[in-house]
Amino acid sequence: MDFTALRLFLKRLFKRKLVLFAAIVLALVVILAIAAPWVAPFSPTGMKVSQRLRPPSMVNWFGTDEFGRDILSRVIYGGRASLGIGMAVVLASMIAGTTLGLLAGYFRALDNIIMRIVDAMMSLPDILLAIFLVAVLGASAGNVVLALTIVYTPRVTRVVRGSTLVVRELPFVEAAHVLGVSTWRILSVHILLNVASPILVQATFIFAYAVLAEAGLSFLGTGVPPEIPTWGTMIATGQQYADQAVWLVLFPGLAIVFSALSLQLVGDGLRDMLDPKLRKAL
Amino acid sequence: MLVNIARRLAAMLAVMFIVATMVFFLTRLAPGDPASLMLGDQATAADVAQLRKTFGLDQPLIVQYVLWLKEVASGNLGQSIFLQRPVLQAIGERAEPTFFLALFSILIAAVIGIPAGIASAVWRGRHADQVASGLAMLAASIPSFWLGLLFMQFFAVRLGWFPVAGYGDPGAGLVQRLYHLVLPATVLGIVNSALITRFTRASMLDVLSEDYVRTARAKGLPEHRIILRHALGNTLVPIITVVGLTAALLIGGAIITETVFGLPGIGNLVVSAVLRRDYPVIQGALIVIAGIYVIINFAIDVIYTLVDPRVKT
Amino acid sequence: MTLPAPLLDIENLEVTFRTEENSVTPVRGVSLRVDAGRTTALVGESGSGKSVTSLAVMGLLPRPAGSISAGAIRFRMKSGETSNLASLAPDVMQRLRGSEIAMIFQEPMTSLNPVLTVGEQIAEQVRYHTGMNASAAMRRAEEMLGLVEIPDAVRRATEYPHQMSGGMRQRVMIALAMSCNPRLLIADEPTTALDVTIQAQILALIDRLRKEHEMGVLFITHNLGVVAEVADDVTVMYAGEVVESADVRTLFRNPRHPYTQALINCLPARALPGADGRRVVRSIPGAVASAAGVSGCKFAPRCAHTLAACHVSHPALETIDGGQTIRCCRWRDL
Repeated sequence: MDFTALRLFLKRLFKRKLVLFAAIVLALVVILAIAAPWVAPFSPTGMKVSQRLRPPSMVNWFGTDEFGRDILSRVIYGGRASLGIGMAVVLASMIAGTTLGLLAGYFRALDNIIMRIVDAMMSLPDILLAIFLVAVLGASAGNVVLALTIVYTPRVTRVVRGSTLVVRELPFVEAAHVLGVSTWRILSVHILLNVASPILVQATFIFAYAVLAEAGLSFLGTGVPPEIPTWGTMIATGQQYADQAVWLVLFPGLAIVFSALSLQLVGDGLRDMLDPKLRKAL
Repeated sequence: MLVNIARRLAAMLAVMFIVATMVFFLTRLAPGDPASLMLGDQATAADVAQLRKTFGLDQPLIVQYVLWLKEVASGNLGQSIFLQRPVLQAIGERAEPTFFLALFSILIAAVIGIPAGIASAVWRGRHADQVASGLAMLAASIPSFWLGLLFMQFFAVRLGWFPVAGYGDPGAGLVQRLYHLVLPATVLGIVNSALITRFTRASMLDVLSEDYVRTARAKGLPEHRIILRHALGNTLVPIITVVGLTAALLIGGAIITETVFGLPGIGNLVVSAVLRRDYPVIQGALIVIAGIYVIINFAIDVIYTLVDPRVKT
Repeated sequence: MTLPAPLLDIENLEVTFRTEENSVTPVRGVSLRVDAGRTTALVGESGSGKSVTSLAVMGLLPRPAGSISAGAIRFRMKSGETSNLASLAPDVMQRLRGSEIAMIFQEPMTSLNPVLTVGEQIAEQVRYHTGMNASAAMRRAEEMLGLVEIPDAVRRATEYPHQMSGGMRQRVMIALAMSCNPRLLIADEPTTALDVTIQAQILALIDRLRKEHEMGVLFITHNLGVVAEVADDVTVMYAGEVVESADVRTLFRNPRHPYTQALINCLPARALPGADGRRVVRSIPGAVASAAGVSGCKFAPRCAHTLAACHVSHPALETIDGGQTIRCCRWRDL
């Protein structure tokens, strides 16, 4: 990697305190989720009936739930499932969307077919399409990932196709073509390198949307089964106690808000920092 | 212009065709046989076979598909397994709360989002922009059902200002019914204002860098006039487009909020259909919702063509 | 001989753009004048800083990045009073734009608002600066469209920009600029985007209006052919600096700066017969971009007459006989 470019990038990152802060929060949330068995103060499944529905205290910082389980520990463990599902959706939809977008942008013959399907999928609200897909696939964590991947792939496809259409007209791609570089190579190296930054930006946003969507599906009971603690299932099971113990709902929700917000802040910051137009404009 | 409209119409039909196809084949992926589902656990094999025959389920998949497409094209979305009535009728009965909810939410979202987006673009990079953009991002990070639960706890349960849930008793007047929509519409309005803020900001920034805005400055016009007359005049059409499309998406996208507040709308219908595996209802709702989106999209295009002086001639 | 006070007198103007990482100075040490009733051409390649100079005069440098970091822009207003535009409050500057100083741009296709009729766009400016009522302002707009030789002006005032050709739109821009009788008209490459025949008409129109209204014109162009046609005085810019200025005859007969000489030699009329007997248009080797980071004379990397000293010391702008100015340490021996 170009070292001066990296230095410039870091310099810009440090100028944007909020983005930097968001990146740190995000890193912390991810580390907590990964290190859950070591950092969680209690077992996420350890029931203590005598301690049920306790408000936040020095012992149970986020309070306890209807079975006396420690909510902080469950939020930390819930991050594993919620962020894990989000991450899997991002990776899968990036791969699928990038492939389809490159094909649509580069081969005119495929463009019409791919983009019509993309249009059709985008005419349905994300959450409705996701519910439908989970309904036919069956409710499990793996199927939630598959369904959300299908939902978000069209977005990536659109972005990649748009960038590909621009890049393919640039002189260097044409030059490569004239020099006899194979189409496959032009696609995979020349165009992909140039559309990498919009894809990266899109990835952070899809991560945020996927975390939100997973929570929504689980909340409706059409997502991850309730016995697996995710932020969404915690809110879903906690809502019936919301009258007496609002913390059951409050803290998993805050975890979602913090994660989604820091993801979007990072995505927005990346877009700023990677956008060559902005450099000129400022 | 007519050619343009005809092309749009063809694209719209293509999208609907793909949606219908997708919905049909994906539904067939679902575990369980529709006929045995309909008859329940006590049904005999002979009963099931009989029903399969009545519904044409014993035919090859492709034949079923063609027959189904024919039905859909003629406006027949089938019969609900559980509700004992046509799918279209079931959707029609649930349309009112969903329609009003989408309408009020989008109004709230536009009233928040458009001014915030304009301010954000005009004072780009300054405090106003940071605050507006930051709040928009926060709004986009909030799960609507969570905000709904908290609002319900605070404004309905604690303060008692609004009804906790539902759409009023049967026979309740329109005002009473709409009163039940205040909290859900506010929640959805806040969450959706994020998109409108961002979009307004982006299109304002585009227009503010146009040559004719520079001309307006060179004319010595005061800044507020440049923004409100010259820049906003040129962003209004794209903004209205996004507002319209967001409203269309809200018809089906309000599912979670409807569930939280127990509103008997289309979203609620879909969720219970999913939980009961009432596939005809799910299929029908998807087609209707995609249809509404596509029609609103088409209508906006046509209005755009009629309104924009550049296309008028 | 004492000259009458100029209409516009720019002295040592320096413009700075601050970006996130660094700051650049696209214009420094620019001095030029425009007299009432005369046309000063500001000549240079793209990137030489001519447009930035004109935006600085208009007070339209992109904010908050661009600002005037040094120098003065003295402008004599209709009232006879002279003020320094570089230090004027933004709201005062705003009232001068369109009424005292007007500007037309290179891109007639995009410089008019697509959703307003051309009549509305002119009337708007008239109303704002004169306080006329709507119908009087619209009549003024129609009158202005007639002034710029648009036939059937009353009907055309109700048309939208997209219904007009590029040449017609540039006439509308001129009508707009003239509608409040400005003292100074800045024309930034007004004919570059137009067909050659239309170019000549637009140039003639600007010239006629200048004479009739005793208006000063700052005409920005990269085209020396156009300069020869329209200018009374010429200022040549290179890499953000003025390198030479003179009245048009002196400049073409006796260019002092190697860059000016090279520019004039590049004119098609000066093309030399090539080996096959066909005439070859010459060009200056290199590009303006090569001047970035040069510590001595900015033109040295492309100059045919460079001495060692040229790379070391940056020459000052000197005034020589007859008001000609030059920035070259070798002007005496060339």
